[in-house]
Amino acid sequence: MGEAGLTGHVRRYVLSAAGLCAFFAAWASASSFSQQTLLPGPTEVVRVFILLLFEPFAGSTLLKHFASSLLRFFGGFSLAVFIGVPLGLCAGWSRKFDVVFTPLFESVRFISPIAWVAFAALWFGTGIGGPLLIIFAGAFPPCVINAYRGARFVDERFVEAARTLGAGRIRVVFQVLLPASFPSIVAGLRVAAGMGWQSLVGAELIVASSGIGYLMVQAQGGVKTAIVMAGMAAIGLVGFLLDLTLRRAERMFFARN
Amino acid sequence: MSGISFKQVCRHFGSGESRVLALDSISLDVNDEEFVAVVGPSGCGKTTLLRMVAGLDFPNIGEVCVDGRTVVGPGPDRAVVFQQFALFPWKNVRDNIAFGLECKRIGHAQIDASVKRYIDLMHLQGREFAYPHQLSGGMQQRVAIARSYALDPAVLLMDEPFGALDAQTRVIMQEELVRLRKNNKQTVLLITHSVEEAVYLADRVVVMTRRPGRVKTIIDVASVRDREKWNDCEHIEQVMDLPSFVHLRTMIWKILREQL
Repeated sequence: MGEAGLTGHVRRYVLSAAGLCAFFAAWASASSFSQQTLLPGPTEVVRVFILLLFEPFAGSTLLKHFASSLLRFFGGFSLAVFIGVPLGLCAGWSRKFDVVFTPLFESVRFISPIAWVAFAALWFGTGIGGPLLIIFAGAFPPCVINAYRGARFVDERFVEAARTLGAGRIRVVFQVLLPASFPSIVAGLRVAAGMGWQSLVGAELIVASSGIGYLMVQAQGGVKTAIVMAGMAAIGLVGFLLDLTLRRAERMFFARN
Repeated sequence: MSGISFKQVCRHFGSGESRVLALDSISLDVNDEEFVAVVGPSGCGKTTLLRMVAGLDFPNIGEVCVDGRTVVGPGPDRAVVFQQFALFPWKNVRDNIAFGLECKRIGHAQIDASVKRYIDLMHLQGREFAYPHQLSGGMQQRVAIARSYALDPAVLLMDEPFGALDAQTRVIMQEELVRLRKNNKQTVLLITHSVEEAVYLADRVVVMTRRPGRVKTIIDVASVRDREKWNDCEHIEQVMDLPSFVHLRTMIWKILREQL
């Protein structure tokens, strides 16, 4: 990389930092003109955020709430991956399966994850099953759609090459179709993680007795808006880290292909 | 014996109003161990001919036979070298070459020995664990050829195999092919748009008409090659300077030009 590239890099960081600074400045000044309960300022939110790390609120500290959120998230997300990806792949590879499954899926997938709250509460109460169902509802469609696309649009040349080299049906599926679909599957996981994480907090607002969403509901009840905002900040931060990790994984696969 | 024969082969694409006749009653015999090149204007159906031998496409009328048997599907007895190489991007060089051998369910030791042999033969030593995207076009084509050769197929089908390579690499690969052929005589069907390549490599050159593709002329290169001792030349440019080569090339070009 030349000097121009390096300064370009620095410039990007400076611009990003300037954007963030402007945001915080606007937030701080807006908050100084209003009541603290209506819009707490950034310093107050940071203070509360750090406080929550050590002092329990709504039953436990922020980290514990966070841990139970993450546990639910990975539960629902894994279920969505292990059911959604194989279903999507089958629909992409088999015309018959496609015809049976896809119309059904296409109509169900437009139902918002939060719409399942009634059934989550009805079937599972405040147990782990409720949030799991809602996260699953959020993460499942992207898993299916991307696996389907990956399987459906495998370059025909690879399949033909494999067949002329003597590969049978099973070998074509596992050694050609599956690895060729992989980049699209990984891209799907990234979208699914985002959707799952968003639905999780929605689910916890309604059907849970721990977790970051629950913490926010409890804080709202006591008009402790700084805590609500600290919860929002935590959600954003974790979502960002989650996406960053998956993006790394995605880039690894794309680099090879 | 692994000759190829096309018997009154017709192929059309589409249906109704948009139906297009691509190949019109092609009859052609490629003898066992013979190298036949097919040249013709683009869209004349030459790739379709090759795909039919590979078992990836089928005639609407007539039949394609290899070794006296009608082709019903792909098989490792007929290896294909594709224009865009079609290497598996998720497999390294070694695993790409081993793919066809693994399909044959032979022992690991035998696979390893065979892979090593073709890696040496195609000068790929040291790149065994590289992935296709890390290789130059010429290297990728070496891997693709090694992958096909490793199966020791009776018939080798090449669809514009050097079309995607730069001029220098192409010359090297063409010489490489001649070198390989000295030890390993297979029946070869080569599709190309380069008249020079066809005359340099093939025993016979088939010139096709523009769509609907028919066999226009078949030119016997082998007898000229033997008579004028082309094989005494070490390099391709020496052959291309010979009056007999220039004569054949110009003759084929004239026939081809009538089709443009």
